Amino acid sequence: MPHAHLGTVDYALLAIYLLFVVGIGAALKRRVKTSADFFLSGRSIPAWITGLAFLSANLGAQEVIGMGASGAKYGIQTAHFYWGAIPAMVFVGVFMMPFYYGSKARSVPEYLKLRYDEKTRGFNAISFATMTLFSSGISLYAMARLLGLLLGWDFPLSIVVSAGIVLAYIFLGGLTSAIYNEVLQFFLIVFGFFPLVMLGLKNVGGWAGVVEKLREPAIHNHFAPGAYTHAWLGMGGSNNPMGVDWFSMAMGLYFVLAFGYWCTDFLVVQRAMAADSMSAARRTPLIASVPKMLFPFLVILPGMIAMALTAHAQTSGFSLPLQKDGTYDYNMAAPLMLVHYFPTGMLGLGMTALLASFMSGMAGNVTAFNTVFTVDIYESYIRPRQSDHHYLIVGKVATVGGILASILTALLTANFNNIMDMLQLVFAFVNAPLFATFLLGMFWKRTTGHGAFAGLMSGTLAAAIHHGLTQPIGEMNPIKGGWLGAVLHQYPSDMAQNFWTAIVAWTVCFVVTIVVSLLTKRTKTDEELGGLVYSLTPKIADPERTWYKRPEVLGVVVLIATLILSIIFR
Amino acid sequence: MDLRLPIGSLFGIFGLILTIYGLVGPKDIYEQSLGININLIWGSVMLVFGIVFVVFALRARVHAPSE
Repeated sequence: MPHAHLGTVDYALLAIYLLFVVGIGAALKRRVKTSADFFLSGRSIPAWITGLAFLSANLGAQEVIGMGASGAKYGIQTAHFYWGAIPAMVFVGVFMMPFYYGSKARSVPEYLKLRYDEKTRGFNAISFATMTLFSSGISLYAMARLLGLLLGWDFPLSIVVSAGIVLAYIFLGGLTSAIYNEVLQFFLIVFGFFPLVMLGLKNVGGWAGVVEKLREPAIHNHFAPGAYTHAWLGMGGSNNPMGVDWFSMAMGLYFVLAFGYWCTDFLVVQRAMAADSMSAARRTPLIASVPKMLFPFLVILPGMIAMALTAHAQTSGFSLPLQKDGTYDYNMAAPLMLVHYFPTGMLGLGMTALLASFMSGMAGNVTAFNTVFTVDIYESYIRPRQSDHHYLIVGKVATVGGILASILTALLTANFNNIMDMLQLVFAFVNAPLFATFLLGMFWKRTTGHGAFAGLMSGTLAAAIHHGLTQPIGEMNPIKGGWLGAVLHQYPSDMAQNFWTAIVAWTVCFVVTIVVSLLTKRTKTDEELGGLVYSLTPKIADPERTWYKRPEVLGVVVLIATLILSIIFR
Repeated sequence: MDLRLPIGSLFGIFGLILTIYGLVGPKDIYEQSLGININLIWGSVMLVFGIVFVVFALRARVHAPSE
């Protein structure tokens, strides 16, 4: 594949962006005086900013590249990854944020300690901290690989330079700096991808053209002709591009995976905790959900257009590159669309948007890591009761350490791709049951620390066993399942297997937590649980008088809008 | 710091560069963007967006001189 060529204008745009990024960090430096400023932005950020950051922190490069890739591979069905997040985002804003923000916990693991006990917190803190380091390293690896493939840039150099820039702005401005840059990234993605989609649609003859051009590949793959352009078509069974039926989609993705991620992952929850008031914290995920529901058109459509062009390569003159095993390299769909349609100038803007998403994806992980490491590991287990200044320094050192560990992970990933896949899988096991722990903890005061811990452990174990005993049809690779020796069930696709692993993990955690809680004594009194459990917390009177700023109203509006989108693209 | 200021300035500068490049730069590069001078069009959109954000930030600063 020939490298794309960047002109002087393109490099100028990139350079100006990098200057702004570090400049924002430097300008915020004087505001970082206490550890609360560094880890929580001093709880001082308005809702529209935390809202956009809530969305962008998750919109790392794997998202932008990966959603383009899924768009090419599965079509509009990929939108479920976006629309499926909406109910979870509404739930965390309306029901859970009062406990996160109101409890004054500084992190999700710290909430677990207040609600349950030390061991539940320790388990979550350590697994979460490890996970953030690996995701940030993998993000770094993906970026350097892409820049190498696309522009011919040197792999180690790309890694070190971009990690250095991320380090500089977090070290200077802490969480505020990361959040501000995430908002900048949000606008860059919108401005970079919107004209791409417009040009692509014009080229293939609008949405009607996409529908028309994707009929042939659908028939070729034995799906209904409209399979790639309808979100729900063929989901009565598994004869659709993702190979999942409506139940595993609703239960696995919309419920367990989406709620598990958006309601309990500190990476995103930390953004809402930085808001300047309870009302702003509750509005954060709701504000984020509006662009979230529209983002499929920005990040999934380029992949679908790439596929539409590829299916008619002779007339369009564009085709996705093939991998060694003869399948399309879907990951190149979005980046190659940028190169295909953008001349010098706009290409610089597109590349800046990609680079921005890589960097803020990494920064999101690093800021979540330094907080959890300092608050939940260092302050709790290594050196408690030190001065605030001491913990601020530790936070900064943890930032440097986190970045170094990410670089190391990125280099490791380049050599041992399978180990990284394996780790990703292990973390999926840890994360899937967590939402059951939170749900029970927040809404049932009888849930005990022992119950939560036993539930988490058995949920994780159940996920591993399920994965070890099942397999997607036609897969032999042990990373895809079946590594326990026997294969009890074959799923039509690895997506279906993933969804069911999550469902099993959640259900086991939910049941075990209830049973063990009933068998063990409560260790926290009603007073101690005030502000942490729904029934023991006085109903908050939201001071927000403007009706359109009320979380409940916003939530209902957003849910109806998502439903309408879903019906339009059924 | 009002975040609208850096966002507005960044997109203002980006928009200005692309608009100028679209006006004075080579024209044969637009074959790949379907014959549309996308630098000029999108550059001016970003320029306007940038100016609007900067104006809003500056107006807020005038109304609240304390911050």
